[in-house]
Amino acid sequence: MVEAYIYDTVRSPRGKGKKGSLNELSAVTLSAKILKELRERNGLNTEEIEDVIWGNVTQVGEQGGCLARSAVIAANYSESTPGLSINRFCASGLEAVNLATNQVKGSAGNAYVAGGVEMMSRVPMGSDGAAIAVDPTLAMNSYFVPQGISADILATKYGFSRDDVDAFAVESQKRATAARKSGYFRKSIAPIKDQNNLTILDEDEYIRPETTMQSLGGLEPSFKNMGEVMPGFDAVALLKYPEFEKINHVHHAGNSSGIVDGAAAVLIGNKEFGLKNELEPRARIVATSKIGTDPTIMLTGPLPATEKVLKLSGMSIKDIDLFEVNEAFASVPLSFMEHFGVEHERLNVNGGAIAMGHPLGATGAMLVGTALDELERTGKSTALTTLCVASGMGASTIIEKV
Amino acid sequence: MCTDFTKEVDKDNIAVITWNCLDKSMNTMTEDGLRSFQKLVTEALSEEKIKGIIITSGKVDFSGGMDLSTLEALKRNSGSDPASKIFQYIMEAHGLLRKIELGKIDDNSKSKPVAFAASGICAGIGTEIGLACHRRFFSSSKNSKIGLPEILVGLFPGLGGTTRIPRMMGLMGASSILLEGKLFAGNKAKSIGLVDEIVSEDELIQKAKNWVLSASPQDLVKPWDQKGFKFPGGAPYHPSGFMSFVGASALVNGKTKGLYFSAKALLSSVYEGALVDFDTALRIEARWFTRVLMTDTCTNMARTLFLNKSALEKGYQRPVGAEKTNLKQVSVIGSGMMGSGIAYASILQGLEVLLIDQNIKAAEAGKAKIEMLLSESVKRKKLSEEEKIRLLKKVKTDASLENISSSDLVIEAVFEDLNLKHNLYKKIEPHLKEGAILASNTSTLPITKLSEVLADSTRFLGIHFFSPVDKMNLVELIKSERTNDNALAVALDYTSLIKKTPIVVNDSRGFYANRCIIPYINEGLRMLNEGIEPALIENSAKQIGMPVGPLQLLDELSVSLALNVAKETKEALGTKYEETGTESILLEMSQKNRLGRKELAGFYEYDEKGRRLKLWEGLRNLNIEKNSANISTVTVKNRLAYVQALEAARALEENILLSVEEGDVGGILGWGCLIWAGGPFSWLDYIGHENVVVECQDLSDQYGSRFTPPKIIKELANSGSKFYN
Repeated sequence: MVEAYIYDTVRSPRGKGKKGSLNELSAVTLSAKILKELRERNGLNTEEIEDVIWGNVTQVGEQGGCLARSAVIAANYSESTPGLSINRFCASGLEAVNLATNQVKGSAGNAYVAGGVEMMSRVPMGSDGAAIAVDPTLAMNSYFVPQGISADILATKYGFSRDDVDAFAVESQKRATAARKSGYFRKSIAPIKDQNNLTILDEDEYIRPETTMQSLGGLEPSFKNMGEVMPGFDAVALLKYPEFEKINHVHHAGNSSGIVDGAAAVLIGNKEFGLKNELEPRARIVATSKIGTDPTIMLTGPLPATEKVLKLSGMSIKDIDLFEVNEAFASVPLSFMEHFGVEHERLNVNGGAIAMGHPLGATGAMLVGTALDELERTGKSTALTTLCVASGMGASTIIEKV
Repeated sequence: MCTDFTKEVDKDNIAVITWNCLDKSMNTMTEDGLRSFQKLVTEALSEEKIKGIIITSGKVDFSGGMDLSTLEALKRNSGSDPASKIFQYIMEAHGLLRKIELGKIDDNSKSKPVAFAASGICAGIGTEIGLACHRRFFSSSKNSKIGLPEILVGLFPGLGGTTRIPRMMGLMGASSILLEGKLFAGNKAKSIGLVDEIVSEDELIQKAKNWVLSASPQDLVKPWDQKGFKFPGGAPYHPSGFMSFVGASALVNGKTKGLYFSAKALLSSVYEGALVDFDTALRIEARWFTRVLMTDTCTNMARTLFLNKSALEKGYQRPVGAEKTNLKQVSVIGSGMMGSGIAYASILQGLEVLLIDQNIKAAEAGKAKIEMLLSESVKRKKLSEEEKIRLLKKVKTDASLENISSSDLVIEAVFEDLNLKHNLYKKIEPHLKEGAILASNTSTLPITKLSEVLADSTRFLGIHFFSPVDKMNLVELIKSERTNDNALAVALDYTSLIKKTPIVVNDSRGFYANRCIIPYINEGLRMLNEGIEPALIENSAKQIGMPVGPLQLLDELSVSLALNVAKETKEALGTKYEETGTESILLEMSQKNRLGRKELAGFYEYDEKGRRLKLWEGLRNLNIEKNSANISTVTVKNRLAYVQALEAARALEENILLSVEEGDVGGILGWGCLIWAGGPFSWLDYIGHENVVVECQDLSDQYGSRFTPPKIIKELANSGSKFYN
């Protein structure tokens, strides 16, 4: 069996939405900058790249029309390198990594670039439409509710209080602040520069170090009104989960992932690719998984996706040194910790999307890089990355430092 | 030859097509009717000299809509492939309405103006014909109302209404018409865009003619037949339409608990139609409408709420040959909540009421309650201040029984106590005039027993109103063993007069409605006793379509009442009484002073204004018998549904209930039982009696004999037949 290795990871810093630094860049420009950085760092002959698999959720307007191929051309890669845009919602970036991994393992080429981009400040989330939300036949039969409601259902199911989710958010901010200050993210971050080589952004700018329980306590729950009043999604949720008397609305902007811009890329290849190009593999990709789950509570995918990837790799939860569980909403990593009995010390050690933001199509690839950098920094061995996915899906990846 | 439609051409060469079903008091569309309408429209559009068309009615009312029995017949007589016949029929109707809308029979001819001139009730296909016309003239009279109420009887506007209305006013604007089925009076109908001009009834035709003669070519092109048409408020994937469509599904799903297929089909039709051109949208609408007509729960709901309900209101159970009564005045004895409610319902329809209580102060207090109800109507602009004063004058209060001799009907509505009532009846009887009827509004006491003290018990029966009387439209008429035909006829004429829907039942404990509601409440209590999550009990009840969960219902009725009923039943039945498994919970609730909403503490917690906050935390710490927290939602739902439906079937088997039609109408109007399926009997038919027997036998083995399928259902299962054939 051919093994797949990570040779490098590159990401942009995460820009702070509409008023943020990256807002001025188009999706293709930011993508191209990351692809170029990956090429320069590794002295890549891009003819060797079998494909560029690019995760991106809202594929309309500037992100439409197979953005991956546009980015490849804009980055001036070899004409023979194609591009593939993929969408598995929030896990798109990880799914790109997983697809590339399995292509390599299946001997369909020696090397891939996998990653993704999302310019959430420019292409609004949801602007590509979604039949599951809009088509009444499907929406009603699948008990569709928006993600925020799902996050609150998850909190209700596990009994997480407002204090529980807020405390998790405060900790995420604290950890991200410390990690940024200590330079833990620098290894992967490619500072984004303009055509004059002037720096636009060189570190994550969404973090709010000053966040406290008190400051979060003042925020109104974001999904209470749409849940309880208009149009009343809680009633739909209760149809599916009649054992709850009501949905406890605990999530708000401060304990949910931020709307940000960003891109990330991972260079994945087989052993032969490394030898030929004199590149050292940094990690072996042990196993990957994806799964569909209950679309109403929607965000439980990390649990079965993790069980599946552990089974495939013959490992147990105890064998994993580090976990990156995407902080789409605080209740997601909290439910993961509760379900698997994983202590917070092993999970999201440098903070997560609540503090730094979640550029949908890129996040999965970013988290793989963050996990690998941390394994190398601490001398630990294995990391598991997982994300919850809209419409009820999950994806997971285990890597092992070489 | 069908004469429902006629055509006359006036001196200006305007063709007036008049709808007048001579054999019916209300125009309804039949298969033949549609064909004759089609023929006349086609002729008028084809004849060169005709300048335009006016569509109107020969009656005050334009139309009540489709003749639902026609749809049933169409389905029944279509052989092995009814869907294809129904679809064809609907498409044919669309074709006709589309010709009206384009004002021509083919692309080569010139468009002619078609005006709609209607008054009175205009509903269903009547309204949909109007929607296809170029200009709608509607009567300004207060009694003229137009709308599309199909959704309320399990269907949806399937002859273009569902496609045209959202294109006229957007999804948000359409929802009160399509999803709530409201009827609108003239000015409101105009302001929402349902009609174009409001005119007095006698000017309808003339105004319509004036318009036909002056209409310009652009008046004849609907927005959706113009280039660049944009869906008002935004189509589904337009940024502004997106949230409306997402919200509409959630709203409908949450409100209907996903039970009403016609609401789902309606929304799907609007959504799918909004993504294509108009003619394709009509075809999509026809496919969904066909699906609705092919769905038993939808047509059964229509059967109960439209056909059978109207039959009952028209005196279906009235004894043949009984003399027509001429009610002018009723006496109501007891001016509490029920008595004043009965008096209110009576004066509203023009009756004089003598409201009697032990002293004049009490009677006046009853009258004050009536005034409050009237004032509410004034506030909601349903009545004018003058009308209120006029109506209130119809109530005379009294503390003596002497004056009841002027009433044809005397209704007793005093406290539920057998001795009290017996003493009262002895005092009443001497004052009753010749031929007058005495009725009790008891909800629990046996009618035959009540009538024992009367010299003439044949003129006595039960008239059981539901609370609150002004909102609940069902009335149970209970015959004692001795009630005569005349008494029943008077009671039926009275309920018809006050616009309530009657069912006639024989005498027995709890009659029909309460007999079925009590087991439902008890089942909820038993589940609580078994340790089932209270929220699961309440939510499951709502998911089978019950308006309120059993625990909430008991809070409304009060725990003390339930304890009293249990005590009385026990006393009455003696050794035959079976423990229901609910007594311990009731006692514990009572000991803990959790008596219900009135006391602001029951199964739920309440604020000081009596608003329900949440289930009482203490429910989980009650002294319960066993833990069956792992029960499936399906089992909880089945238990709550079967416990009512089987009791209804037993009432029929024991000849307490006299027909399944009354059982379904009574179930729905009385306590909201399985509305979406057409009532308890329609629901059992829908489940299929073989399945009912298997499921209930299983429930019976696990939970007790109350689930043992009655003989009547076993027989249906064995013969493979249904309650309705």
